[in-house]
Parts: sequence; C-alpha cells; structure tokens
Amino acid sequence: MSNEVRNRVKDKLFRYLGVISTWIGLVILGIFIVNILIDGVMRLNWQFLTSLPSRFPEKSGILTAWTGTIWLLFLTAFFAIPIGIAAGIYLEEYSKKSRISNFLEINIANLAGVPSIIYGILGLEIFVRKLQLGGSLLSGSFTLALLILPIIIVVTRESIKAVPQSIRDASYALGASKWQTIRHQVLPACMSNIITGIILALARAIGETAPLIVIGALAYVPFVAKSPMDEFTVLPIQIFNWISRPQHGFIINAAAAIIILLIITFFMNGIAIYMRNRWQKRSSA
Amino acid sequence: MFISDTQEIMAKEKEKKSKDIVEEVFQPDPEYKIITRDLDVFYGDIQALKNISLFIRPFTVTALIGPSGCGKSTYLRVFNRMNDYIDSFRLEGHVYLDGNDIYNGKINLEKLRKDVGMVFQKPNPFPKSIFENVAYGLRIQGVKDKDFIHERVVSSLKKVVLWEEVKDDLKRNALALSGGQQQRLCIARTLAVEPNIILMDEPTSALDPISTGKIEELIFELKNEYTILIVTHNMQQAGRVSDRTAFFYLGELIEEGLTKEIFLNPKKERTQNYITGRFG
Amino acid sequence: MRKLKEKIIEKALFISAFITILTTIGIIWVLFAESFSFFKEVSLVEFFTDTEWAPLYAEKHFGILPLITGTLLTTLIAIAVALPIGLTIAVYLNEYAPRNFSKSIKPLLEILAAVPTVVYGYFALIVVTPFLQKLIPGMSGFNALSPGIVMGIMIIPFVSSLSEDALRAVPNTLREASYGMGSTRFQTAFRVLVPAASSGIISSVILALSRAIGETMIVAVAAGQQPRFTFNPLVSVETITAYIVQVSSGDVPTGSIEFKTIFAAGFVLFMLTFILNNISFYINRKFHKQYE
Repeated sequence: MSNEVRNRVKDKLFRYLGVISTWIGLVILGIFIVNILIDGVMRLNWQFLTSLPSRFPEKSGILTAWTGTIWLLFLTAFFAIPIGIAAGIYLEEYSKKSRISNFLEINIANLAGVPSIIYGILGLEIFVRKLQLGGSLLSGSFTLALLILPIIIVVTRESIKAVPQSIRDASYALGASKWQTIRHQVLPACMSNIITGIILALARAIGETAPLIVIGALAYVPFVAKSPMDEFTVLPIQIFNWISRPQHGFIINAAAAIIILLIITFFMNGIAIYMRNRWQKRSSA
Repeated sequence: MFISDTQEIMAKEKEKKSKDIVEEVFQPDPEYKIITRDLDVFYGDIQALKNISLFIRPFTVTALIGPSGCGKSTYLRVFNRMNDYIDSFRLEGHVYLDGNDIYNGKINLEKLRKDVGMVFQKPNPFPKSIFENVAYGLRIQGVKDKDFIHERVVSSLKKVVLWEEVKDDLKRNALALSGGQQQRLCIARTLAVEPNIILMDEPTSALDPISTGKIEELIFELKNEYTILIVTHNMQQAGRVSDRTAFFYLGELIEEGLTKEIFLNPKKERTQNYITGRFG
Repeated sequence: MRKLKEKIIEKALFISAFITILTTIGIIWVLFAESFSFFKEVSLVEFFTDTEWAPLYAEKHFGILPLITGTLLTTLIAIAVALPIGLTIAVYLNEYAPRNFSKSIKPLLEILAAVPTVVYGYFALIVVTPFLQKLIPGMSGFNALSPGIVMGIMIIPFVSSLSEDALRAVPNTLREASYGMGSTRFQTAFRVLVPAASSGIISSVILALSRAIGETMIVAVAAGQQPRFTFNPLVSVETITAYIVQVSSGDVPTGSIEFKTIFAAGFVLFMLTFILNNISFYINRKFHKQYE
C-alpha cells in the first residue's frame, strides 16, 4: 500500500472511530437506563410513593425520601440563589480590577473544583457541630448551598457580561444610578440565562449524596420532615442505603427509586434547556 | 446674527490681560448656555483635549466636526459627565452649564443627566416595550403617577414623529422597530425627562438615508426648544442642520464660527483642507 | 440620601461575594485544625508509610497508602476510558463532523455528566460487575475495574468538551497550512492540531483526573470497603472518599481518633485535588496566552 492510500485508510477509519466514540457513552447510558426500567418499573405504584421506609422491602416506600428531596431543593434554593446572584453582580459590576478581585475570582474557580464530600466535611464541623444544627435539613441545605454557590456565581457573571454596554450607557445618560441600572436594565436583560443556570445547579444539588451522608442525613428516617430543624433523608441516600442491603427486594426498590430520581433530574434539565431556547428566540425577535 | 464668536471673546480677554488690568474672577456670561474654558482632558498620560474654550448660545445647533479620534466624542461627553466611568479620565479647566461649574463644587449627577440628554451613534433602545423605553427616565426619578407618565410618553413620541407609527401597539418590543425608528425612540426617551441640552454623537451614521433625513428634520424642529450639540462625520449634514460649527483636530479646537462661514470661508488652512477633503 | 442607599447596596453585594472567601477559609481551617489534632496522636511517618488502613479495628493501623492506591487505581482506569474516547470525540467534532451536528451533540454529551452519581454506582454494581464477571472469572463482586469504567464514562464530557475548546483555540492558519500541504484530516489533527493544543488538552485531562479522585458514590457502591494496598483491579479496594462515607454513616463517637480520620483523609483528598486543579488552571492560562 502506498503512503497516500494508507493515510486515506487511516483517515476513514478514524472517522468511524469518531462516530462510535461520540455515541458510545450515550448508548451505554441508554443500556443502563433500559436495565433500570426493567428492574424497577414494576415496583412503581402508589404504595411505593407514599410509604415510609421499613425493614421489609415490599412495605418500604420513598415518601420520606422524595419529600426530603423537595424540602432540600427549596431550602437550598432559598439560601444559594440570593447570595449567588448578589455575589455575581458584585464581581461583575462593582469590583474593579485589583488584587482582591483577582483573588476572589481564583478562589471561586478553586471552590468549584473542590470534591463535594469536602463540603460535607465542612458542613459537619461548622453547621452540625459548631452551630449545633445537627443532621437537620438546615445543615443539609446550608452545605449544598455552599456547594452550588460557585456555579451560580459563574453563571450570573457570564450572563451579566453578555449584556451590551450600550444599554448601561443609555441608562446612565438618563440619570439612573448604578443600582437602578443594574436592577431595571441589566438584570432583567439576562435573567433568563441566570435562571437557566440556577435550575441546572439545583438539578445537580438534588443528585448529591456524599456531602449529605457526612453531615448525618440518615438512611432510615421513618417520618416525614415537617420543619427545617428535622432530620431527613433524600432520594439518593435512600437509594444508596437500599443498594447496600443484601435482599433482592431492596435492589428492586433502589431501581424504582432511581427511576423517580432520574425523572426529576431530567425534568429539571429539560425545563432549563427549553427555557433557554425559548428566551433566545424571543430576544432576537 | 451673532457679532462675536469664541475667538473674539478670547482675543478680548487677552487684550485685557496685556493691558495689565487686574485679573477678575471669570464670571460665566449668562448669555451663553454652555461654556468651556481652558479645558484639558487626559486619559492617564495621554492628553485628549487641549485648551478648549468654546461658548455656545441657547437654542442653537452646534456641529462638532473633525477626523476620527480627535476628541469630539470626548468633548461631548464632558457635558453629561459620561467620561467619569473611565478610570484614567482626568479633567482640568472649567465647564459651565447655565453658569454652573459642573466639575467643581456640589453637583447632582442625576439632575445633570436629566438636564443634559444624550443620543448615541448606534441606536440603543432597552430590550423592553416601546412604552417602557420612554417611561424609564421618569420611573427612575420616582414618578409614579400613571396618567402623567402616559401623557409624557405620548407627547415625547409625538415630538419625534413616531407616534403615528407605533400608537397601535406601545407594548411591542422596541427591538422590533427599524433602525431609524429605534433612533427616534431613543430621542423620545431623552426628551421625556425634559432636558434643555441634547448631545448627539453621530446619531445618523448607522442609519439609511431616508431615516437620516427624518432625523435631520427632527433636529431642525427641536432647535426651537433645546440647545443641541451634534458630533458628525458628515459635513453635508453639518451644513444642513447646524447654525455654528466647531472644527477639532488632534484634540485642539482649530476654528469655530457660523456654519456658513466655516464652510465657505474658513480662516485656517487646516480647516480648509479638512472641508475640501484633503485629509480625514 | 441616594448616595447612602447606593453605598449600602454595594456593601451588601460585597458581603455576598465575601462568603466565598469565608467558605475557603472554613474548609482550610476545619481540615487543618482537626488534622493537626489527629497528627498529635498518629505520626506523619506512620500515616504515609504504613500499608494498612484499619482505624476501626481493634488493632489499629493508620497508613493512608491503601486508600491512596484505591483512589489512584479507580482514577487511572477511569482516565484510561475517558481520555481516548474523549479526545477522539473532540477531534472528530472539531475536524470531521459538520458544524450543526457538533453543536447539537454537545449538550447531549453533557447528559452523561448530569446523571446523579449514585445512579452510576447502581449501574456499576448491578450491571457492569456481573457482566465483567462473566468475562473475567475470579473477579470479585467488589472491585476497582467496574466503578473505574463507569466513572470513565461519566467524565467523558469533561475531556471531550474542554479538549474541543482547546482545539478550537488553535489558529486556523495552522490548519490551512497543513491542509495546503495535502495532509488528510487525520494527519492534520494528530500531527499538527493536537500537539498545538496539547497544553489545553493536558489541562482538561488533569481536571478530569481531579474530578475522578473526588468522586465518591460510584466507588462507595461498587468498589467495596476493604482498603487494600494493591494495584489489582479485580479485587475489592476502598478509596479515600468511600472511606469517609463509611465512617460517617457509622456510629463513630465524635472527637475520637476514629472520627478524626475523616479530617485527615479529607485533608489528603483536598490537597490532591487542590494541587491538580491549580496545575490545570496554570497550564490552561499559559495555553491561552500562547494563542492570544
């Protein structure tokens, strides 16, 4: 084979390799999901969704777990969103190029790369022990809020950066103050982007297991949480607990619970992407 | 029309000085709406404007012409203090609006920007409805009266001859308008807060000839109620809309006077060269 | 009055931003302080050289090496999966695939990273391990290979997305020069572009490494809880992260030496990922300066 032919063959081969590589991950994920559906879909029924956990797999349900997930979702959002957006606004609109602002930026990039279990360790020491909040929803939501804070900050900054300077100029020229300009022009112009990013961050938060285990979210919580100081569990932890049990019935339960968790996760991701597409179309009208 | 121009005033002052008359503190002559005296502007170490002294009367249109990068936009932005947002900006000298020095002493920045409106080169309507664009200036001042706001929006849109075209749907997004309409909207937005000076930075350079024509007509109308400074690269435009013209070159004010005089009978050779297109 | 309001707002926004600094200080302080207390009782030498990790047994050993080998083993398997696949995807999407396809497939690949990791853990234990056991007789139910492979799948988008950005940052002039000489896409990609983008690609791999090292649930479910000082992928091992989960879900009395192992292990984990992340940032900055 001449060199030229050999090169062309390599080229063609790589093209096939490229297509295969691109799809292989998704195909394998697809296989996994089909497996889960086969394992767990039969278990999904009203009883499963409304029962408390129990020693017997047939009697166990995810009531505590999914109510805990919803609780945690809202509490985490409540803490993380205002602080994250505020910090993003500060960094993008107020802080001038200086050592402090550089340091803040590098710091946030680092925080985004810290393993989530470390946030659990932080939460354990500060919220659970020092602040005496115990393994409560409050501890859990504080911990997760800190975890997703860097993500929200970055998304806010990127969104604000995309607002054209001409809008700010027009606002200042009419006599608006800096905050008026931010509040009435800059933020509304990029809010849809920020919201999309926040939804994605929250979708990630509800899938977190390790930090919550470390702060003491228990796996066996035979009651529904009624206040932020209550102990709690969430779907991922319930799943983890059931997988670790030997009885086959619990594996089925785990599969069913996974289906619920995936539905919630994909639903949130789906909304975010749908909103992003819709708003992109509207603003280019 | 006018007897003395800026250079004559300055010449008179020089005379006073050379006659050893005791230097009086400069009192801004109330006859002039806008005055800059010995204005120097720096961006860091670079001097953008050198020793600009210019006297502008009310209810006139003054065109600022000159090659790109000669400080015209900087000069314009001195009057509503938009240069303040640039970190390296530094100003020496005096700027008087209605006799008030706007760079020394207590000045309410928000009121200044209400009194001095600005129209930008590229139309920059807010990504909101037509109504909200015009109403914004009032809202940020805390005006809450719905009828008042509505009335002001309507009258502003009428002044810029946009009312007929948009009256059926004021809730429509401003970005859906054509370029010319957007620019008229931006002018309406400025007029809504009742300024007495309007600064225009090449307001038609991004527009088609028909829209340009409409806006030039508008400027001619507005002259009756406002004092207008307009930066333009288009000398025909300067000829069409302005009463007086100031020629800037490399940060210096080379010549200023009646538009007719500047174009037909310029005193300085450099002015002559620019006007005839020998450079710039 | 207005000026005062503006100042207050600015201060409030600054405090929000400052919380991030407090978080970092918190993390460092917690890990340092408790580790310091730990190392009063356990010598640094023992910690880093003993090849047995058994803090919960009667006869205690505090050698972190088994946890480190467990972590490294699963991580390296993950990278061995993610790097070739991710890089191939990056090159393919950048040089071969039509623009529309690349644009629409990118968000799809992000799905791989969006699945909760405990779900991946289930897959590793219930689907992949039995499958591998058929291929490799004698492989135990808990092992490093299965979670390693699944982790690799999860971090494919890390490698592919960032490598693709790196490839895109390479100036077109290089591409044109190579094609102009009659090279195939394959040659251009691997002889010119990948080397030119190598810093960017390396930085993305290091980030993926860091992500794999910090991963908890996949290994907690499928790798086992038996710390072993080994590089055998077919037996049960424990990673640093899985250990921390193990201790936290148990009944270890707070303040005890066993409890403090959480922080000592966490400290090692933090240092590992911190160093890797910053090396990655540094290389990436240099890479972008090169092509500015």
